[in-house]
Amino acid sequence: MTKKKSSCVSYTKWGYIFLIPFFLVYTIFSLVPLVSTLYNSLFESYMSGLTQIGPKFVGIANFTKLFTEGDLIKYSGNTLVIWIMGFLPQVIVSLILAAWFTDVRLKLKGQPFFKTVIYMPNLIMASAFAMLFFTIFSDSGPVNDILVSTGLISEPFRFMSSIVGTRSLIALMNFLMWFGNTTIILMAGMMGIDTSLFEAAEVDGARPMQVFRFITLPLLKPILVYVIITSLIGGVQMFDVPQILTNSDGTPNGTSMTLIMFLNKHLYSKNYGMAGALSVLLFVFTAILSLLVYRTLTKQED
Amino acid sequence: MTDKEKRARSDNAVLNLRRIVCYIFLVIITVMCLFSFYILLINSTRAHSEIAKGFTILPGGYLFKNFVSLMNNQNLPVIRGILNSLIISGLCALLSTYFSAITAYAIHCYDFKGRNAAFTFILMIMMVPAQVSALGFVKMMREFQLLDTYWPLIVPTIAAPVTFFFMKQYMESALPLEIVEAARIDGSNEFRTYNFIVLPILKPAIAVQAIFTFTSAWNNYFMPSLILSKKEVKTLPILIAQLRSADFLKFDMGIVYMLISLAIFPVVVVYLFLSKYIVQGVALGSVKG
Repeated sequence: MTKKKSSCVSYTKWGYIFLIPFFLVYTIFSLVPLVSTLYNSLFESYMSGLTQIGPKFVGIANFTKLFTEGDLIKYSGNTLVIWIMGFLPQVIVSLILAAWFTDVRLKLKGQPFFKTVIYMPNLIMASAFAMLFFTIFSDSGPVNDILVSTGLISEPFRFMSSIVGTRSLIALMNFLMWFGNTTIILMAGMMGIDTSLFEAAEVDGARPMQVFRFITLPLLKPILVYVIITSLIGGVQMFDVPQILTNSDGTPNGTSMTLIMFLNKHLYSKNYGMAGALSVLLFVFTAILSLLVYRTLTKQED
Repeated sequence: MTDKEKRARSDNAVLNLRRIVCYIFLVIITVMCLFSFYILLINSTRAHSEIAKGFTILPGGYLFKNFVSLMNNQNLPVIRGILNSLIISGLCALLSTYFSAITAYAIHCYDFKGRNAAFTFILMIMMVPAQVSALGFVKMMREFQLLDTYWPLIVPTIAAPVTFFFMKQYMESALPLEIVEAARIDGSNEFRTYNFIVLPILKPAIAVQAIFTFTSAWNNYFMPSLILSKKEVKTLPILIAQLRSADFLKFDMGIVYMLISLAIFPVVVVYLFLSKYIVQGVALGSVKG
């Protein structure tokens, strides 16, 4: 141990040198912009027609405006509802699939095939996927076509004009894109559980449901926490799918407008004061969640 | 004896029943995952007029014609878009894996003051999304006159905490420090050791992360849409957004499906070849069980 340490010391400078690229790039492209975003959030600065208003220092006025105008609450609500609509089925299906795939008695065949299929949507370009859903779920698209011609419904269902329809489509896409990923992570967790526990349960005559509830689930808790928090961070970032599906309008009537779509709108209209304030709020929220992820990651090391 | 046999038999029956339920559920899930891609595949082989008439299970013969008319469409510079996407994603994959591995190597192999602080810092910022600093980022790029260039989309991937974390995990299980020591005794300098001894050992991890970085850059829409506005530099996701915002009814649906196919299927084909490694990679990158 002491020998190793002494040989390391003489190479210390290389440790610093190898860290330079990361920290240099991170500082220039993330930290400085973050500080500048924070700075911008304290100024009134927007375009009125073609004239630039401000920048004028206004303190926390942008934040109070954000909270009092009501849009923030509405769009946070949208984001939360759509996230839950996608996440609940995602975590349930993933738990079921992971439990089955790792069940030693069940010995399901064709696992590589199913794993390949369920993970595939995760690598698909979200914007292309949303465009695809927009075309196939449109009023005269293939899905309505099939439903009408098979007699399941009498006239086309207008997904894009209904609040539930649009939100469900976004949630369905999020579900399809992420449940495979979650399944694989949960499987890795389940395979880490000591198999003697399962054997003991079997000897005691526990039914599969009981094994799942009283052994798998409690031991899986840290990983479930990790999955929930990382998914929530992903949910806050929800953008590509609703943006393309609703053509950046959050139709119908702003009910599928997410927080990042709202941010994007301000960035495009060059309303830097409001965009800054919203960014700061999103940063604080995701930073808190990140700290929780950090805690679950470091707990594992012990 | 017979009692035991009976129990074993009924146990087997229950197990078989459970298996059937599992397979039915798995088939439903598979259909859910694949139906949209199936419709996409079929409809990109059919003419606009055929698509308007309704869906058919069998493909048509218009695949090549749709492809040609998409390529000849003046408003959608598709070939340029694919090239732009390829250049950006390729360079991102290269830079991100190389520099993330070197960062992980620094923290894994060297003992220096502030090592733990650096590691903690990277883990803490790992999940903070790029969107929260987008405002400052875009303003800065405008000041540097880097808008409509590839730089703002490529260089920041050098600092990729998630890729770093994966590399660090991989090194813990696959990179014995003795090898590094041996290289030192042989007189190899540290930079050389990294490039010619450490990197080859990391090949599997680099391959997996290169694929992840490539696809996430290939699929990225938020940042490129804020940075790129000139026709010549637009990437594929921006073209798709453009198609969505164009007057939809005026479009040849065959072309619409064709463009979506071009964005989706190349990734799917590559994925099918490498899925084993990718699925393993996902499991490795998460928290340890």
